[in-house]
Amino acid sequence: MYGVILAFKELNYVDGIWGSPWAGMYNFKFLFSSPDAFLITRNTIMYNVFFIVVNTTFALLAALLVNEIKDKVITRFYQSTFLLPHIISMVVVAYLVYSFLNTDSGLINRQLDKWFSAESISWYNEPDYWPYILVIVNAWKNVGYLAIIYFAAIIGIDKEFYEAATIDGANKWKQMTRITIPLISPMIIIMTLLAISSIMRSDFGLFYQVPMNSGPLMPTTNTIDTFVYRAMIERGDIGMSTAAGIYQSVVCFFLILGANFAVRRISKDDALF
Amino acid sequence: MPVTSRLRSPLIHLFFVLFSIASLFPFILVFMVSISDESSIAQNGYSLIPSKINFASYQFLFNDFGQIARSYGVTILVTLIGTTVSLFITALFAYPLSRKDLPLRRTMSFLLFFTMLFSGGMVPWYITYVTMIGLKNTLFGMIIPNLLLSAFNVLLMRSFFANTIPESIVESGTIDGASELTIFMKLVVPLSAPIMATVALFNLLAYWNDWYNCMLFIDKPDLMNIQYLMTKTLNNVQFLIMKADTSSQVGELLSKMPTEGVRMALAIIGVAPLLVAYPFFQKFYISGITSGAVKG
Repeated sequence: MYGVILAFKELNYVDGIWGSPWAGMYNFKFLFSSPDAFLITRNTIMYNVFFIVVNTTFALLAALLVNEIKDKVITRFYQSTFLLPHIISMVVVAYLVYSFLNTDSGLINRQLDKWFSAESISWYNEPDYWPYILVIVNAWKNVGYLAIIYFAAIIGIDKEFYEAATIDGANKWKQMTRITIPLISPMIIIMTLLAISSIMRSDFGLFYQVPMNSGPLMPTTNTIDTFVYRAMIERGDIGMSTAAGIYQSVVCFFLILGANFAVRRISKDDALF
Repeated sequence: MPVTSRLRSPLIHLFFVLFSIASLFPFILVFMVSISDESSIAQNGYSLIPSKINFASYQFLFNDFGQIARSYGVTILVTLIGTTVSLFITALFAYPLSRKDLPLRRTMSFLLFFTMLFSGGMVPWYITYVTMIGLKNTLFGMIIPNLLLSAFNVLLMRSFFANTIPESIVESGTIDGASELTIFMKLVVPLSAPIMATVALFNLLAYWNDWYNCMLFIDKPDLMNIQYLMTKTLNNVQFLIMKADTSSQVGELLSKMPTEGVRMALAIIGVAPLLVAYPFFQKFYISGITSGAVKG
């Protein structure tokens, strides 16, 4: 936390952190007057919104369906295969994506050529495709994890509800919509609120490794986290990158407080503090 | 009604078979490219069924093993030290928090939450570690920042201790005159094997998969871990032979190198230990996630 003062300093290495002259709010003004500020904020929030919608939908679908399979061995097999992407590092994911999108020999370009004799697309130079690619990659990596969390919640439901429903003649669809979903909805709401509270943060690996730090893709792949990293390491602009980091943290902090307040209203036990 | 119920089961299985294929397919593709002949890649691109199988990429990597062996060594060393120390610290933090008679318990829990939720951002974090603690280009740079203590793991362990260690066991230890440390080591730890294994596994994966710390804190190729070596190589295959023992023959080596295959072979070497071990630990991992989810 001590380093936070860097945001209000004009750092030079001769005088050190304390010795450098104060810059007041200059770093913040500079940040917010640059076109990057709007772009990175929009990207970070929009991506997170899509991630939340897509991941939650698929994870719920997978969790509900896996619950319908009675064979324990097969259930376990499915669970472990769709959790597999979650345990590998983003570096490996970047390799996997590269094997599909590589311009010369990537699977997609070659198949496009073979089936439609379409021209190759230079994926790593075309920013327009990346919102879709990143949403797919993120879903591929995280849906399995989320599905297992929801599945755990479904298993926790008392079996007597279903027995009673069967006696009353409720079919599977009715049981799903009238029992399962209402009973796990606190869990869904809590997971979603937690995701919303970190809507200003992004998975650095996803936005840095997977597009391979490619310059032309910046308009659609730059987020606050990658911006802060680049401003610090590549441009050496300590003041502005600290300012951006603080902007992110402060907004996040209030979002978390808000989310926690909302969670407390829904289910007191699950509130964070 | 009978028709729909007869149809339902195959449809569900179809969904999951597709899901599983989607999860596995990229790995198989990368593996297949790594054993393809370079000329067949040039001709057909990456494909699942290579027209000619050739292990030249692996041969190449093994001939020039210097950098890979070093990076592997760094990764293994960091993972072992990191996992052990981290598990130890997590347990030592979580156990007192699970005891109701700890003074300042609420304050400490709050501090834990606060660090989990709020930070000064990446730059102050980085500057503090580099200028005040001096972690640049040391192994500690890959062990301490971010990875050493995860608030989530502390909470997971705390709720396990609070829910499964009966109060009476701790009391019986106190009556027999055991010190707090003896109670912890002799009674609590043996009873907590499942959570210990789960947290150890989480730590192990985090350390094995880490490239971020290495990217930030390490400049020297000698200290690079395997993930970061993979990052560098994905962008530039020549990076791999930068540190080759045969530095005078770099030009010759490069001309002979099956570049596409070597890239993918390195990816396979980096991810293989996880994929091989996965069937053995996945049960633990899933139960860890679910227990974390149910009692967060």
